[in-house]
Amino acid sequence: MGENETILEVRDVSVRYGAIRAISNVSFSVKRGEILTLIGSNGAGKTTTLRAISGMVRCTGNVRFMDQEIAGTRPDVLVTRGLCHCPEGRGIFANMSVEENLNLGAFIRSDKHEIEKDKQRVFELFPRIKERLKQNAGTLSGGEQQMLAIGRALLARPKLLLLDEPSLGLAPQLVQTIFKIIREINAQGVSILLVEQNAHMALQVAHHAVVLEVGKVAMTGLASDLAKSDEVRKAYLGHG
Amino acid sequence: MAELLQIMVAVVAVGSLYALIALGYTMVYGILKFINFAHSDVFVLGAWVSLVLSVMIISALKLAPGSSPPLWIAPLVLIAAMVVCGLVGFAIERLAYKPLRKAPRLNVLITAIGVSLLLQNVGQLTGFAVAKDDDGKTIATVPFGPSPKRMPSLLPETAAPDPNLAKPLVLIQPVDVFIFVSAIVLMVGLQYLVFRTKFGAAMRAVSFNTETAALMGIRVDRVISVTFVTGAMLAAAAGFMYALKYPGLNQTAHETWVLLGLKAFVAAVVGGIGNVRGAVLGGFLIAFIEFMGMYCFSKYLDPVLHTNMGTNLRDVYVFAMLIFVLLVRPAGILGSQLKEKV
Repeated sequence: MGENETILEVRDVSVRYGAIRAISNVSFSVKRGEILTLIGSNGAGKTTTLRAISGMVRCTGNVRFMDQEIAGTRPDVLVTRGLCHCPEGRGIFANMSVEENLNLGAFIRSDKHEIEKDKQRVFELFPRIKERLKQNAGTLSGGEQQMLAIGRALLARPKLLLLDEPSLGLAPQLVQTIFKIIREINAQGVSILLVEQNAHMALQVAHHAVVLEVGKVAMTGLASDLAKSDEVRKAYLGHG
Repeated sequence: MAELLQIMVAVVAVGSLYALIALGYTMVYGILKFINFAHSDVFVLGAWVSLVLSVMIISALKLAPGSSPPLWIAPLVLIAAMVVCGLVGFAIERLAYKPLRKAPRLNVLITAIGVSLLLQNVGQLTGFAVAKDDDGKTIATVPFGPSPKRMPSLLPETAAPDPNLAKPLVLIQPVDVFIFVSAIVLMVGLQYLVFRTKFGAAMRAVSFNTETAALMGIRVDRVISVTFVTGAMLAAAAGFMYALKYPGLNQTAHETWVLLGLKAFVAAVVGGIGNVRGAVLGGFLIAFIEFMGMYCFSKYLDPVLHTNMGTNLRDVYVFAMLIFVLLVRPAGILGSQLKEKV
């Protein structure tokens, strides 16, 4: 794998919460332009892995983003370099309007015209966001909040987008929509690291997949291969 | 009627002071979720710095005896006091609170009490002379020393009404106008900062969720610093105005200051702690209750009870109000009663 093809490389990353090891020696890499999904059951360490990458928790090991070591770099610095983390539970600022939330997504930018263009792009992806611009973000439905969170992350013009459980708590139909949009965003050139409990959908959209089990990498491979593997089918896809 | 109007003048002036101090409590609470007990001491510092600066400027000008000082001194001293307290606020945050960012809230709270005691007691030290009168007697020191001092008057005073003319309905002193106008300018400025600027949006984001704010690329530590400095500057402005209105300043550890700071804190809680508009509302409301309480008690209850305690009970009205609000609306008048939707 050439250096240029890899946008994110995670090597031997471990995180401890006090005496508890949340993840140990996790390694994988995300290729430029792909969707890589991190699947696994509750407590497998998926969210912790994302938090370690984006600098929200301390970790040991190496994280390289666009050929630069970033382990221990503050999240706000990483945003300026093109690594955006869309956190679990959506992280909407419920004390502000939808529009203010979007503007915060573009906080690091000052190119007004380009921001406006990017906003239009977000509205094309999520027409419902446009209808609710002046509304308080806390009054949006769960699905709308998720759309707002993704749209907001896009306004930072990420090169790599970390998405944590975008389908959490959404109606099946909305889950379909969200995954369709994730594919569209990816088609526009954004690499995506997707954490999901909905392994079925995740394996459909992703190119590669990593399976985490109790804080360790259990399997890595093409998403399509993993979707066919017996262990994954048994453990995560509900096929006996 | 005239009496009531006269009381309203006092309410507006004192309410402005409470509101300005309450804003500092509420902003810091909104962002760091702890009560900065040293905040009222920054207000005291503002009052004393104003006193020292005014004395220094006036003695440097060598005014003819009896002449009133030029009008430009007041705004100059106001701005200088705000700058000094802003720097002190910055230092307090950097040295005392920032190292405790990840520590339990209780540790930060205890540290705040420590900072408060430090400011109170350093302020009382016998200081270096910074201004002397013509006889070579020291008239201003830094720190401020253990005894009360008098703030020179910087604004003209309305003369007592001529008894031959019709009695004016209300007597408004220039100091009241100055306090009200400056307070409004500062409060409108703060509203603009918090609700209309990009930086204000960052402040509100940090206040709502620090972690997610950082994911937006917001430099959280910088936002916290600016919030502290802003709060300290507002407290300094209040200190300056207080010194103008009540020129006899007690030494920095005196209980009158503690009570004033406490009442401003009550104003922040009554308005809804963490809410900027609530702090302003709370400030004026507390002043209203305090003065109306004194007026009504003295006028209606004292004659019946054959007592003379309406004025002495001024603090009681305020804290009774606090208890009432906490019972009826525990989150304060403008505080959000709702949890976010998950």
